[in-house]
Amino acid sequence: MEKNVAIQMKNISKAFGSKVANSHVDLTVCRGEILAVLGENGCGKTSLMNMLAGIYFPDEGQIFVDGKEVVIASPKDAFDHKIGMIHQHFKLVDIFTAAENIVLGIDEEGRYNINDVNSRVSAIADKYGFHIDPKKKIYDMSVSEKQTVEIIKVLYRGADILILDEPTAVLTPQETTRLFAVLRAMKADGKSIIIITHKLHEVLSISDRVAVLRAGTHIATVDTASTNESELTEMMVGKKVVLNIDRAEPKNPEPRLVVKNIRSVDEDGNEVLKGISFTANAGEILGIAGIAGSGQRELLETIAGLHPSNVGDVIFHSPKKNKPVSYFHKSYEKVLELSKENKFHYENGERVDFTGMRRKDIKKLVNDEKVLFDEDELIDLRDKTPLQIRELGVRLSFVPEDRLGMGLVGNMDITDNMMLRSYRKGDSIFVNRQKPKALAEDIVSSLEVSTPGLSTPVRKLSGGNVQKVLVGREIALSPKVLMAAYPVRGLDINSSYLIYNLLNKQKENGVAVIFVGEDLDVLLGLCDRIMVLNSGKITGILDGRTATKEEIGFLMTKTDGMGEEKHE
Amino acid sequence: MNKQNTVKEPFIHITRRVSIKPVYSILIRLGAIVAALIVSGLMAFLLIEKLSQNPEKIGQYYISLVKGSFSNGEMTWKFFKNTAVLLCISLALTPAFRMRFWNIGAEGQTLMGVFGAISVSFYLGGKIPESLLIVLMFVGALICGAVWGLIPAIFKAFFNTNETLFTLMLNYIATFFVSFFLLKWVPSGNALGILEHGWLPTPIHNYFLIIAVVAIMTVVLFIYLYYSKHGYEINVVGESINTANYIGINVKKVIIRTMLLSGVLCGLAGFLIGAGLDHSITSETVGGRGFTAILVSWLAYFNPLIMALMAGLVVFLEMGAEQISQTFDVQGAIPKVIVGTILFFIIGCEFFINYEIHFRKSHKEEA
Repeated sequence: MEKNVAIQMKNISKAFGSKVANSHVDLTVCRGEILAVLGENGCGKTSLMNMLAGIYFPDEGQIFVDGKEVVIASPKDAFDHKIGMIHQHFKLVDIFTAAENIVLGIDEEGRYNINDVNSRVSAIADKYGFHIDPKKKIYDMSVSEKQTVEIIKVLYRGADILILDEPTAVLTPQETTRLFAVLRAMKADGKSIIIITHKLHEVLSISDRVAVLRAGTHIATVDTASTNESELTEMMVGKKVVLNIDRAEPKNPEPRLVVKNIRSVDEDGNEVLKGISFTANAGEILGIAGIAGSGQRELLETIAGLHPSNVGDVIFHSPKKNKPVSYFHKSYEKVLELSKENKFHYENGERVDFTGMRRKDIKKLVNDEKVLFDEDELIDLRDKTPLQIRELGVRLSFVPEDRLGMGLVGNMDITDNMMLRSYRKGDSIFVNRQKPKALAEDIVSSLEVSTPGLSTPVRKLSGGNVQKVLVGREIALSPKVLMAAYPVRGLDINSSYLIYNLLNKQKENGVAVIFVGEDLDVLLGLCDRIMVLNSGKITGILDGRTATKEEIGFLMTKTDGMGEEKHE
Repeated sequence: MNKQNTVKEPFIHITRRVSIKPVYSILIRLGAIVAALIVSGLMAFLLIEKLSQNPEKIGQYYISLVKGSFSNGEMTWKFFKNTAVLLCISLALTPAFRMRFWNIGAEGQTLMGVFGAISVSFYLGGKIPESLLIVLMFVGALICGAVWGLIPAIFKAFFNTNETLFTLMLNYIATFFVSFFLLKWVPSGNALGILEHGWLPTPIHNYFLIIAVVAIMTVVLFIYLYYSKHGYEINVVGESINTANYIGINVKKVIIRTMLLSGVLCGLAGFLIGAGLDHSITSETVGGRGFTAILVSWLAYFNPLIMALMAGLVVFLEMGAEQISQTFDVQGAIPKVIVGTILFFIIGCEFFINYEIHFRKSHKEEA
């Protein structure tokens, strides 16, 4: 190769306990090129790069910079060799300005002069086409601006070799395009760029070469120009994968959950939901798109009864039409009350009138399923606790974003986690572990959860398996509404497709599925309708079959003023 | 291969163990006990004059350690009694600890339990039948313990106050509360003296009832924590309040209920001390056992059955150290140093169970 080799990693291995993160990996990066490191989650991409950045120390192997062997035992060593890494999770001080964050920790000669720093930051930004105000505080910044600060921080320290860990995960399509332009400018300047990713189309559009890792080993490094998506996937996964999501036409969609003008504030009193109204239909997948923190989490938690909302309605349409009135809610009074409101009929269509009847006879009629509902029952879920919602007979399942911190208990085994939803059943003061255990066995076998046993704490399972346990449990409740927040985040391709299929199956069973996603390709492939949230407001609800990525991206980032106009 | 550069590799590095074979963990613990005995022997040799002058008496040192608890039948009863009282307080703390509610107020809660029992006996002793008196003392002890447990729980549940500081401070309040009443009862400032009424019956042996009550309590609490719905809720709240909210557990209720239980059990311990052993009260009646109990509960990983063993171990060491100080005629801190040394090893070995230490490999070997 005619280009100069910047970094060469030879025979690098690293293990954490018994878990091998990297095994005998070779990797080369040249000056003035963009190398993509591609692989599924947990394949060792990040740990390999952390060894370049001085965060981990390899168990075995050598690293050469410009042909000389070096030891990188700390991030400082990495900077001495002009290597800088931009981590997935930003490490910035919120109350400092961009420039203050950038110089933080640099031990420079002479007096600290913030004006000088500001102008140097601006100079770097101009050189590569960043847009940044050095005096802006971090807490005022969007995710993409924070990322810019992180990149400039590394450049300011004179890095020639930049490692970006999943830089596009938090960006909108437009921001991604802008970032890629900057990366190309840096490449033209002779810098080496390593970009860690698992998104294939990005690899193809930005990189010069691709190094594919699988299960900690280096599979191959290929020139981007000579490869394609399906070849890369095959290398990544180890077998052929069909990358199509089936999308059936919704079967007789009818309103299941109607949300009207929900408003809500967070702990600090900031309004996070600013009048959200939408309808989720049975037998349909409603996607929710938006940059992180646009109110997705609060919206789902409000519906699930976990987040207080002071205004608005969440109306659940319980599918009761022409179904027998069970002795629901164990409340005789409620049945009487509804009968007075003339809401019931007999099988032959005759109206139900309980006046003058004895309690015993009414009870018999109801219990014999002779009394039928005229219409769906409407239940307001706002300001109900999760327990009240369940006691009202509303089967609402929720796969939260924070799997181990909210959906499951990491230190408990699969059986005990199954029990979370069902342990209250029965009057006994003791828990019954028989049924949860059977359910756990069922989920482990039907969803192919790989676990050493039912008594393994779930935190020891891989991300994909944790998610299978959680989604499996929520689906086992045979929900009418299923809400899933980022259900495939951190999952490998096979597990992701398994989850998509599960959601699709629920949709076919007439469940109203609400899917909060971040990957627009997935949202466009899976959802029937896509609702776009933008700082707590809906900026549009699009048809999943006709919408484009650019349209969604535009709605995601539309400025407040425009959103207001459109909305009102 | 050129390996010159790698000398900067750190000499040791520590990694967390994913899992450990039970055999190894037992071996590590046994090793720790052996090391503890050897090192404590060395410490004794250095610190105790009689021993450094007569090194052949080192055997006596170990014999005294055992004799402290098991020299004769009466000593053995005493050993089990001390274990039972310490275990009772440790068990009382355990439901709260499993909920990650760091109740370090067992000292005060137990003292209030003693106070509840003794004040009933002081005011009503001799005026009502003995059996009724004992029942009232029991109820009084539980109520006082419960109140002392409830106060921090309510503040934690509704105002999210820090339970550690809160329960710690309540210890001092309990001490002064008792001192206040002692001055009221005995204005001369003398000790209260042994009360004549409200003594627990003593079938088989003076200590039998206490030991039996705590043994039953251990098993019941084990079942409660591991097999009841309440125990399950305690675990969920302890692991993650978010998860608890998500599945609809009323977190406030669980916090209050669990601390009520914790306080009641401390009250029970206080009742056993007051009505079964001391028949009197000073502000020092609990004597630090409320703090030792924290250690015991942690050592047992909050498992009541293991806790029985750990309480026994701690009491064994304390009684052994006392015997050593008699045998070799030493006072002051030396027995405590010995107990501390042994505990240091026993607690320290947990590090080797949870973590693995790797040494840098020899370079020759790699080259």
